[in-house]
Amino acid sequence: MLTLVTIALLAAMGMALIRAIKGPTVYDRILASNTFSTKTVLMISVLGFLTGESEVYLDIALMYALVGFIVTVAVLKVSEFGDLGQSRPDSGENRQ
Amino acid sequence: MIELINIVLLGLLVITALAAIRLHDLFAVTIMFGIYSLLAAAVFVVLDAVDVAFTEAAVGVGISTILMLATIGLVGRQEKPPSHRPLLPLVVVIVTGAALVYGTFDMPPFAAPDAPVQQHVAPRYLEQSPHEIGIPNVVTAVLASYRGYDTLGELTVIFTAGVGVLVLLGFRRRRSHMADSPEEES
Repeated sequence: MLTLVTIALLAAMGMALIRAIKGPTVYDRILASNTFSTKTVLMISVLGFLTGESEVYLDIALMYALVGFIVTVAVLKVSEFGDLGQSRPDSGENRQ
Repeated sequence: MIELINIVLLGLLVITALAAIRLHDLFAVTIMFGIYSLLAAAVFVVLDAVDVAFTEAAVGVGISTILMLATIGLVGRQEKPPSHRPLLPLVVVIVTGAALVYGTFDMPPFAAPDAPVQQHVAPRYLEQSPHEIGIPNVVTAVLASYRGYDTLGELTVIFTAGVGVLVLLGFRRRRSHMADSPEEES
């Protein structure tokens, strides 16, 4: 059962990677990277159950989920505004 | 099973690295680097190096991706055409890599119990650290207590590097602040 799940996860990771490489638009790539981070979280959880010490691995999986969310927010912000907000608070460039 | 996972994950790593080299949109390259870090961390988990996987997740996936995105905000999204031929660096890298691979032939096989690194102080750590330190995880005991000064030095280096990057990224904004202030007073 776990073997089947692992193979399915690896296949899903491969397909997400193909979309990240080919993806014509930015949003395809963002979605692919988000899918990939979710698949990594699931992969680590499955590895925990494969090796039998699931509680350590579940902690790592939780941390991956948090980091993946932060990265997705940052990527979306850059794709919307062009940067992470370095030039926004003081409108110095507009005045020149 | 673990063999299959290793082979597939390492194959995906190679594909991701090649794609990061071939793509010219820096935004896509940053996303490929994030995927690369996720894959590397998964490989570390398979190798049972859980603490390294933690570090890779926090630094590789989180902080370095965000730093690269902030840099894209400064330099623009398209890769500039290279100004030099890649032939000489390629030759240097291939020769260095071949020398390193040649050097690994003299090393004992991975996780061999009779390797010198497993014979030196590791048995004493494994036997004594629960009594001396009282931490169940031996790796944490070694890093935080036996090599405490070493870890402190590493933290100093990382802190200095982080401060340097922050100074570089915040430079433009602070200068425009200083340029603005005389106008507001007058």
